[in-house]
Amino acid sequence: MRHEISILIIGLFVVLSTASVTAGILSMRAPKPLSATLVNLTQRINAWWVMVALMTVAFFFGRYGMTILFALISFAALREFVTLTHSRRSDHWVLLGMFGIVIPFQYWLVWTAWYGLFVIFIPVYCFLLMPAITALHGDTERFLERVSAQQWAIMISVYCVSHVPALLTLNVPGFEDRNLLLIAFLIIVVQGSDVLQYIFGKLFGKHRFSPNVSPSKTWEGLIGGLVASSLLGALLAFITPFSPLQASAVAFIACTMGFLGGLVASAIKRDQGVKDWGHLIEGHGGMLDRTDSLVFAAPIFFHIVRYFWTV
Amino acid sequence: MSKLSLRTYTLLQTVTSVGLSAMARAVTGVRPIWSGSEPSDRQRIYFANHTSHGDFILLSACLSETERAKTHAIAAAEYWGKSRLRRFIAEDMLSSVLISRQWTSEAEHPISIMLSVLDQGHSLIIFPEGTRNTSDELLPFRSGLYNLSMARPDVELVPCWIENMSRVLPKGQFLPVPLLCRVVFGAPVAVAPGEERRAFLQRARAELLALNPRPDRDD
Repeated sequence: MRHEISILIIGLFVVLSTASVTAGILSMRAPKPLSATLVNLTQRINAWWVMVALMTVAFFFGRYGMTILFALISFAALREFVTLTHSRRSDHWVLLGMFGIVIPFQYWLVWTAWYGLFVIFIPVYCFLLMPAITALHGDTERFLERVSAQQWAIMISVYCVSHVPALLTLNVPGFEDRNLLLIAFLIIVVQGSDVLQYIFGKLFGKHRFSPNVSPSKTWEGLIGGLVASSLLGALLAFITPFSPLQASAVAFIACTMGFLGGLVASAIKRDQGVKDWGHLIEGHGGMLDRTDSLVFAAPIFFHIVRYFWTV
Repeated sequence: MSKLSLRTYTLLQTVTSVGLSAMARAVTGVRPIWSGSEPSDRQRIYFANHTSHGDFILLSACLSETERAKTHAIAAAEYWGKSRLRRFIAEDMLSSVLISRQWTSEAEHPISIMLSVLDQGHSLIIFPEGTRNTSDELLPFRSGLYNLSMARPDVELVPCWIENMSRVLPKGQFLPVPLLCRVVFGAPVAVAPGEERRAFLQRARAELLALNPRPDRDD
């Protein structure tokens, strides 16, 4: 596994350095003051350096690092989601429980690889018990809206995100002790697809995909990004249990889900009247702005690997 | 009045202020939005909406270390002076200044206490609603703001909208829910020549309300 990790780290370093140099040359040649797009591009690339560095550190701490890192990502994402949606004074204990009980318990289930409860704890038990607690408080004002927002918040920010470290619990024959590479594959392909869609969209984007939901998404960006990230998937087949053809198919499905995740996140933001989820990551917005695609891709990727590749 | 010597900012107060500000940033990711005023070392009266004990911690977390050391929240003696522990927390740890709603002597008069703080060159944080608000609407302002401005016209009155704190730590709760908060600092307001008390208080209240970045969300 050491061999594959070295290649990935060198590869990411080369890509980010190229990006930084390109952005630097563009900024030097561009008329001053720099356009907002160019300033944002530089901020985004700088933030990528930080994110890649953090991921790499977590990677070296293995199962501990990944579980803790994604629990923290869930925390940041949940905080953004709950901040944006409506809640009332009487929801205080439910909200506290989402942060103080649901996140730790779900990640404990990941840690102990208790698959049976991991998949139903939030969609079944939290789904039934949280509205029950809200009803017991007796405050019925905008009841359905509040309990729906709470359920969505933990499904998106905790349940879906926790499927990334849960990849470590899968038992793929002939791939023992190398599950960390599955996480690397998923994240590189899905985040790479976001970047590729952004690049193709900026270079060739003409036809809006869904002007009502997200003005920045174009057909050219989508198609270019999906094709390129499927190729990227095939290229990364050597770190996975997949053949190159399988890897590109899996990458295609994951990135399509990622695109839909971005679209749904945009719809929620538009409904709530904001542009970004938060300000945690300079140039990108909040944690959910960066992870919305991963949120949708992770459970599907998890189930594909579990169904077709595990015993 | 002699006990109101504010010159010595004790080690305990420094540690408390640094610790609480760091905690406020970790839990709420609080960010100041300077919308009409700028950070400054000028003497100021910050006035804000009040829903939670966390309000002034959030507001002071947005000020610089030196500003924070000379900015005091005004708190009700009826609540914070009730026990020795509360008074210790309020005065010795948070360096708040307590005022009594039922004052008896002239020295206990809230305005004269606040003026004595201003006269030592320090700044104030006040909550002109007079109490932690549990309703959905901003309450009418008490007259203190007007009286202070009339007595010290050169001190800036800066409106500060504190967002979301009613959801982080509502009245009656002691565990905070980690939600993102912002504090919006608006343009200073001043009493216009000949402006009558009630008109000014209504205008100051409207200026504060106008800072709410998400007035559409009725919570």
